[in-house]
Amino acid sequence: MGNVVLVTGVARQLGGRFVRRIQRDPDVDRVIGVDAVTPEHPLGEAEFLKADIRHPAIARVLAETGVDTVVHMDINGTPLGSRGGRASVKETNVIGTMQLLGACQKAPNVQRVVIKSSTSVYGSAPRDPAVFTENTPPKSLPSGGFAKDTVEVEGYVRGFARRRPDVAVCVLRFANVIGPCADSPLAEYFSLPVLPTVLGYDPRLQFVHEDDAIDVLRIAAAAPRRGTLNSGTFNIAGDGVLLLSQVSRRLGRPTLPLFLPTVTWAGTALRSLGITDFSPEQIRMLTHGRVVETTQMRETLGFHPRYTTAETFEEFARSRGPGLLPPESLARTVDRLAGVLSARRGPIQ
Amino acid sequence: MADAKVIPFGEEPRARRKARRSARGTALAPVPEARTEPEPPPAPRPAGGRTLDERIAGGLAFLRRRITGDYEVDDFGYDKELTDQVLMSLLRPLHDKYFRVEVKGMENIPAEGGALIVANHSGTLPLDGLMLQVAVHDNHPAQRHLRLLAADLVFVLPVMNELARKAGHTLACAEDAQRLLERGEIVGVMPEGFKGIGKPFADRYKLQRFGRGGFVSTALKAGVPIVPCSIVGAEEIYPMIGNAKTLARVLGLPYFPVTPTFPWLGPLGAVPLPTKWTIQFGEPIATEGYPAEAADDPMLMFNLTDQVRETIQHTLYKLLVQRRSVFF
Repeated sequence: MGNVVLVTGVARQLGGRFVRRIQRDPDVDRVIGVDAVTPEHPLGEAEFLKADIRHPAIARVLAETGVDTVVHMDINGTPLGSRGGRASVKETNVIGTMQLLGACQKAPNVQRVVIKSSTSVYGSAPRDPAVFTENTPPKSLPSGGFAKDTVEVEGYVRGFARRRPDVAVCVLRFANVIGPCADSPLAEYFSLPVLPTVLGYDPRLQFVHEDDAIDVLRIAAAAPRRGTLNSGTFNIAGDGVLLLSQVSRRLGRPTLPLFLPTVTWAGTALRSLGITDFSPEQIRMLTHGRVVETTQMRETLGFHPRYTTAETFEEFARSRGPGLLPPESLARTVDRLAGVLSARRGPIQ
Repeated sequence: MADAKVIPFGEEPRARRKARRSARGTALAPVPEARTEPEPPPAPRPAGGRTLDERIAGGLAFLRRRITGDYEVDDFGYDKELTDQVLMSLLRPLHDKYFRVEVKGMENIPAEGGALIVANHSGTLPLDGLMLQVAVHDNHPAQRHLRLLAADLVFVLPVMNELARKAGHTLACAEDAQRLLERGEIVGVMPEGFKGIGKPFADRYKLQRFGRGGFVSTALKAGVPIVPCSIVGAEEIYPMIGNAKTLARVLGLPYFPVTPTFPWLGPLGAVPLPTKWTIQFGEPIATEGYPAEAADDPMLMFNLTDQVRETIQHTLYKLLVQRRSVFF
């Protein structure tokens, strides 16, 4: 079958990698990458169309190219590069999705829509259950920021799925995607020499490897394999859980515990100075943590991630270089201490 | 249950009551003896019979794993190694030496598979939950870990939430409870909640309302037995003679205890009284026999909830009658 795939958000690392990967699939005839800015990385044989999904022009692109699969990856927490602020990101996320879905609704060729969402739809609150399933309603809806964007985006997607029941709609809720070349605020945070944490909280974190993210997007964008179903909503996360304290020890970066009000205040101050994009919902995530269940991903979608949370993180830590307190040298120190102690106790006995 | 029904509570003449009590005394002769004698250690403790060298080596290996982050936690944030090596060791003196907890009916907790332990709640601070955790771990032949369902207040407070998660506890909600039970864990719940733990001293050992009985339907859905558990001794650790409601509201707490020593003596007043505790596990109530839709039958839920509640209440009375003194 002749597959024409349209991918949005290709100027980002993950979008670019996905486009380069999917054009090698035998089922795919043509790949069209769309973004508002020209990507700095190569897209291989894919065609690049510089179009803003916030404008109705996207409908013409869909109609003219006869796209049958739309992979919407332009849902992001932070602006690309230094341009634009939170307002333009929100507009791309929400208005962009509205326009894109409106265009899909009018395009009779479209058979499949894949949305890259995030587990931040669940929010992070102390009163939530420990593990979220796809059906868990969040106790407190995210009040703003990227989390609220994703909630609104998923609302539009549900509306679209109702109006076009013939289209297979797949919403992938990704946990934190990290990897050697991912450029997320969380990766930026883990690159700090000293990690500021919230005093008295040790959040549980889950990670997805970039390679796994690409693979699961490919599964969702292709025709479903035998015995699996790739329409619906799925949590995507690596197996297992890491605590922030564990993460910092494995990275070899010391933590600096601060009182929660101090962290919130400092975050606001730094944001208003434009130094960092660290959003309040990310601070909440690093306070209360978030863990999702992935049974649906395995059993219904038929996707088994290659990397566990711990392996994903190990790979990431290797790409970042050693911190101030590398775990290897700490382990060596303890071993030396053990050697000294046993040597000293030896002659006495 | 059969025993509990014949316990005298004032409706019989004094002479008969006395006679029966002495009869009971002979029947229960081994119990006071066991109290006076030092009990043999119920379970072999890992740190017990090792030489100093081995212990130092073990400690250093532990330190090495901890500082390099080379340990595992489960989805709930339960850190088995930290709980076994550190948290349990901190609680154990309180369990063994301070409250001298006597544990009965351990055979009612299955050696494997899930079970829901339902216990009464008392004592102003949730020490009873922690002692229950140590009691199950140290006295059970399989050294099973109890996963408690805690109030949301625990997870709002800093430090507390971190420690609670690492010790294996989670938020009291149906989703978490069911997930743990389906994994085959032993889950502990105290359905009285704040009504039980924050009740005045005058109401001691009077079971409060058992929430909405959600714990029964969770156990039914997971198909695990319900083990009723009665804890005697926790009521008297902080005799709560008053409740500063306004202060509690200002601080956002469900109650603010006033005891004969707290807050008058400051931190010293927060030291619990060294009461003698008894934890009795009752016979498990099986739930496998019910059809799948039984969990949605409110009448069945109420009946089962009442059955569990009555069992715990009767066992409490029975243990109170047997108790010689609050402190010994």
